[in-house]
Amino acid sequence: MYLLKVKENKLRNLTVAEALREAIREEMRRDESVFCIGEDIGIKGGWGGAFTVTLGLSEEFGHERILDTPISELGIAGIAVGAALAGMRPIADVEYGDFIFLAMDQLINNAAKLRYMSAGKLKVPMVMRIPVGASGRGAQHAQSLESYFVHVPGLKVVCPSNAYDAKGLLKTAIRDDNPVMFFEHKLLYGAKGRREGIDARGEVPEEEYLLPFGVAEIKREGEDVTVVATLRMVYAALSAAEELEKRGISVEVIDPRTLTPLDLETILKSVHKTNRLIIVHEDNLTGGWGAELATRVTSEAFDWLDVPVTRIAAPDTPVPFAPIMENYFVPNSEDIVRTAASVLGKS
Amino acid sequence: MEKRLPREKLIEMYRKMLRIRHFEDRIYRLFLSGTMPGTIHLSQGQEAIAVGVCANLSKDDIITGTHRSHGEALAKGVSMKSLMAELFARSNGCCKGKGGSMHVGDIDVGMLPAIAIVGGGIPVATGIALAFKMKRLDRVAVSFFGDGASNEGAFHEAINMGAIWDLPVIYVCENNLYGASTHVSKVMKLKDIANRAFSYGIPGVVVDGNDVVAVYEVARKAIDRARKGEGPTLIECKTYHIGGHSRSDPRQYRDKEEEKRWLAKDPIPRMKKKLIATNILSSEKSENIEAAIEKEIDEAIKFAQSSPSPKPEDALRDVFA
Repeated sequence: MYLLKVKENKLRNLTVAEALREAIREEMRRDESVFCIGEDIGIKGGWGGAFTVTLGLSEEFGHERILDTPISELGIAGIAVGAALAGMRPIADVEYGDFIFLAMDQLINNAAKLRYMSAGKLKVPMVMRIPVGASGRGAQHAQSLESYFVHVPGLKVVCPSNAYDAKGLLKTAIRDDNPVMFFEHKLLYGAKGRREGIDARGEVPEEEYLLPFGVAEIKREGEDVTVVATLRMVYAALSAAEELEKRGISVEVIDPRTLTPLDLETILKSVHKTNRLIIVHEDNLTGGWGAELATRVTSEAFDWLDVPVTRIAAPDTPVPFAPIMENYFVPNSEDIVRTAASVLGKS
Repeated sequence: MEKRLPREKLIEMYRKMLRIRHFEDRIYRLFLSGTMPGTIHLSQGQEAIAVGVCANLSKDDIITGTHRSHGEALAKGVSMKSLMAELFARSNGCCKGKGGSMHVGDIDVGMLPAIAIVGGGIPVATGIALAFKMKRLDRVAVSFFGDGASNEGAFHEAINMGAIWDLPVIYVCENNLYGASTHVSKVMKLKDIANRAFSYGIPGVVVDGNDVVAVYEVARKAIDRARKGEGPTLIECKTYHIGGHSRSDPRQYRDKEEEKRWLAKDPIPRMKKKLIATNILSSEKSENIEAAIEKEIDEAIKFAQSSPSPKPEDALRDVFA
C-alpha cells in the first residue's frame, strides 16, 4: 500500500527501491538487449527480488526478460558474462551481497578479464546488483563488499546513497560497456531503513537523466574537516556534520558515489581547503577502500594535511547479530563527531 | 558410418587432425628448446574431438575452451599464424600477447579466449547460448571441458540452467582420464560422466573420442537438436592425452600398459588406416597433405618469429572498454 501512495505523490519522492525499479523499467523499454536475471525476481506472487526492486516488472516484460533462476549464484554470474559477451545487457541479482562469493570466479576471472585477454576485442556490458550492509541479519547477510571489487582491475564499482543517485547511476551502469558492480545498501531501500532513522528517499524528476561515473557529490560544504563516506555512512556523516556545526566545527561531506572510477580530484580539492580528512566506511577497517584513499591523498597532498588521514570503519570482526553488538560494530555519527573533534584538537 | 560422409569431408577431417598434431609436436620442441615463453598443455590424442565437433559449426557459432585448447582453436578456424604468434608472445598473436597458450581464441572466428579455470567456461557458454536464444539467432554455443571440470560446481549450475531454458548449447566433455595426475576413477564413482546429464533432464551420450567420424555424428545430432530449440546435450568423449598434463610431465603416475593400449587407439593413424583401406586416401595424397602442413607450420613460425613483441606499456591497455 505504501508503494501506491508514493506513486500518487506528485512530488515523486521515490524510495531507492522505486528509483532502481524505474531505472530498470526505462532501460528495458529503451533497449531490448537489457534483461534481468536472478533468484525470485519475477515470480508471480513473489517479492520482486529480496528487496522488491524488480516487483511488477515481469508483468510488463514477461518472464523471458525477467528471468528467474535456480539458486545458483555462480551460474547467474557466469551466464550474465556469456550473455553480455554475445550482445545482451544483463542486470544480474544475487539477493544478498554475501552470496556473491559463490560467483567470484566468474566475476573476477571472466567478467573482469575477458576484455583484456582478448586484447580489447570483447566487451562485457553487465550489471551485478549487490545488496550490502548490516541490517540485523547476522554475519552472512550483512557484509559490505565494495573493497573486494575495488581491488580488481576491469570492474567498475558504484555505491549510490539515495534515490536520485540510484536511478541515474543504474541507468549509466546499464549502458556502460564494462562489468559494473552496483552496491545497494539494504537500509537505504525503503521502509526498514526509515524505521532506523535513515531516509534515502529523494525527489526524482520525471524527465530522463543519467549520472556520470567518477563524479563525487559534495553533500555539504564546510571549512574545517572533510569527511568522505558512501552508502549508509553518508547519513552518519551528515548527521555528525549537523552536530559538529553546533560546536562550531564546519564539516565538508563528500559522497564519491562511484569508487571505480574514483573522483580523487574533488576530494583533493576539499582537503586543500580543510587540511583534514576522515574516511568512513561500513566495511572492516583492514584493507578497506579507505586505506587506498588514505594512501592516495597522503601521497598527493601530504603538504596540505595538518593531521594524518583518519579512517572510521567497522572493527575487524564478522558482523555480529545482536542489535546491541551490531550497533557497536557499524560506525555511527557519534564516532564521526568524536573523531572530527579530536582531529581538530577539540575533544 | 564413413560411407554417408563425402570423401572430401573425411579427408578434410583427417587433414585437420593431422594439422593439430603436427602443430603441437612442433611447438613442443620449440618449448623444450627454450624458444617459446610460458607453459603449454598439449592435446595429442584428443584431436578427433575438436575436429569432429567443430566440423559441424559455422564461424557464427561460439565455443569456449580450456587451458588445453590449441586443437580447438585450429579446428574452429583461428589462423595458425596468429596462434603461433600468440604462443611466441608477439603483438600480432590472436590475443596480442595478452593470452598465451592457456587463453588462445579469436572471437572473429567464434572462439572466446580459452578460459583456463577448470569448469569456468561452462556457465559462459551457457550465457552465450541464452543470448542466442533471446535474440532468436540460429547459432549454438559449445563448451569444451575435461573430466575434471565435471566435478566443479560450475558444471552443475550451468548445465542445469542450460537444461531448464532449453538453450542451444552443447557440453562436450573430453574425458582423457586424468585431472592433472589424478585418475578419474579416484574422484568419481560413475563410470560414464555422460550419465550426469540425466540429473539435469537432458540427453547424455558417450562416444569414442578417438574416432573423428563418431564424434562428428554425435555432435551433429546434438547441434541439430539444439538449433531446433530442443536444448542441450552432454557429450562425453572417451579419450587420452598421450603427452600427459603439461610440458614437463614425466607421467610416472600412469600405467605403461594403459599408455600402450591408448596409443593403439590414436585417432590419427586409425583414421589414416581406414581412409587408405577404403581407397579414400592414397599414400601419395597423404604425403602431400603432410608436406603442406609442414610448410604451413614453417611459415607460421617464420611469421611469429619475425613479428614484433608488444610494447611493455601495452600491458596497461584493454582493461576497460
